[in-house]
Amino acid sequence: MSTDVTPEAPGAEGRPLASRRGTTPGRFGNRLFAGLSTASGILILVTLAAVAIFLVREALPAITASPAAYADFTRDLNLGQYIGPLVFGTVLAALIALVIAVPLSIGIALFIAHYAPKRLSGPVAYVVDLLAAIPSVVYGLWGFFWLVPKIGPIMDWISQKLGFIPIFADYAPPAKNVTSAAIVLAVMILPIITAVSREVFLQTPRLHIEASLALGATRWEVARQAILPFGRSGVISASMLGLGRALGETMAVLMILAPFARGTEVYSIKILASAEHQTIAANIAQQIREAHGMGVSVLIASGLALFAITLVVNMAARWIVARRAAFSGAN
Amino acid sequence: MSKRIDVSDLDIYYGDFKAVQGVTMAIEPRSVTALIGPSGCGKSTFLRTLNRMHEVIPGARVEGKAVMDGVDIYGSGVDPVEVRRQIGMVFQRPNPFPTMSIRENVLAGVKLNNRRMPKAAADELVEGSLRHANLWNEVKDRLDKPGSGLSGGQQQRLCIARAIAVSPQVLLMDEPCSALDPISTLAIEDLIHELKEDYTIVIVTHNMQQASRVSDRTGFFNLEATGQPGQLVEMDDTTTMFSAPSKKATEDYISGRFG
Repeated sequence: MSTDVTPEAPGAEGRPLASRRGTTPGRFGNRLFAGLSTASGILILVTLAAVAIFLVREALPAITASPAAYADFTRDLNLGQYIGPLVFGTVLAALIALVIAVPLSIGIALFIAHYAPKRLSGPVAYVVDLLAAIPSVVYGLWGFFWLVPKIGPIMDWISQKLGFIPIFADYAPPAKNVTSAAIVLAVMILPIITAVSREVFLQTPRLHIEASLALGATRWEVARQAILPFGRSGVISASMLGLGRALGETMAVLMILAPFARGTEVYSIKILASAEHQTIAANIAQQIREAHGMGVSVLIASGLALFAITLVVNMAARWIVARRAAFSGAN
Repeated sequence: MSKRIDVSDLDIYYGDFKAVQGVTMAIEPRSVTALIGPSGCGKSTFLRTLNRMHEVIPGARVEGKAVMDGVDIYGSGVDPVEVRRQIGMVFQRPNPFPTMSIRENVLAGVKLNNRRMPKAAADELVEGSLRHANLWNEVKDRLDKPGSGLSGGQQQRLCIARAIAVSPQVLLMDEPCSALDPISTLAIEDLIHELKEDYTIVIVTHNMQQASRVSDRTGFFNLEATGQPGQLVEMDDTTTMFSAPSKKATEDYISGRFG
């Protein structure tokens, strides 16, 4: 192996370079690590493909069959009419949750990362992280027994005063509507968005903060000028993580949201109205026990739709982040 | 657009540690004042007290007076934000905002004042500031590209353009050339020469040739031993300082016999 090493080409310690090649433990470790990480990467892709293949295969009967084959289960709706309102409800609930959670999370993250005194920021960060550890069924219970009765009168008031705006029209008690579900979802996704945003904000280079301060920026202006733009892509990624969880969340929605009647096709923007929305995940959990044959296939088709939505959401997030990559501060 | 600063008996602390002790100096308007001295002697710390950037570090505080235009910038009613708007700063490493274009970078300080500016006036300010910073010809065709895409020397001149766009009274420079190559360094030094027509400039530098080239007056900081606070040893006209300093420590440092 080291036959053609000339005397004037020794390694750093005077050993021939070639002896580093081949069987030394460092090389083996490298190969092992490379193999393990490649295998993990492939495993993720395989798992994703397996899920996609399963969904498509099981949903295919419902997609290809004539509506009559599952009319029993869907109460005479065809597949599009059945899944459409569910997709609408899912996206609506997740978007309302995001609208509530993102500004709150950014505020909390900014506070923890840059404004709170040391002895306060630690505990606050800890409590927010703790929110992530609460199981969703507990959130469901909290929403059902505490939030719904408490928020009813507020929604009633909003509906009376602002009812002329269509989205706030027609509140009806109890408040088991999509907004209540979305508020609980917002609390559930708050810790994820806050934690990721906080980490990104903490990484804002000291140089940029000082540049802003030296120009005569106030604390809020430093946030707007240096911290938020730097953390922008991170906050978007964090929001998308939160959106992903909100889209798929089942238990809390199932316990709080009173869905529309089976066999109706409702697209309603009245976010305070009762029994006008349902989400895909909650619907699957609710219906799967009594479904069989074609019914199961219809539900899996709705699951496929949910899978597609999350994929689109993630791709959109990547696109948004990549669009201004040159300005991201990573270079 | 330039004012003098009179510093008297300034002590600077990090928590309980006294970093700089008893500085008294006059910074003349429309001139360049250079601060030299070994690492850790407190010259950068002192510079940062002049626009109240020192106090953003937790526990950092200052005792003494620094009077600009009859007003003590450490007076009780003085808002540090207001001080920083009048005393601009250029840092050791170029730090244009990476999320902003070249144009937005120049306008960053002006936008803080919440002035809604007509586009024509903004264009004029961008061009004027960039011309003043000797950068206009190099970037006029790519004002909407990110500032971080420029070379180090260009970025530093962009930072200078950003600092002078708000028409400050004083410009502080904290080793502005230490991260730059010799050609960019010369460009910045030429720029400093031109800027002193309009501004009061204080520059911290490790490079003694630079101090002798660009400055009118030079202050030498030193500390007696590690752990001791830094002090202003002497201050005089730059030519005097580099030919016949009155203190032995200064002469040792300048002639390279230091330590």
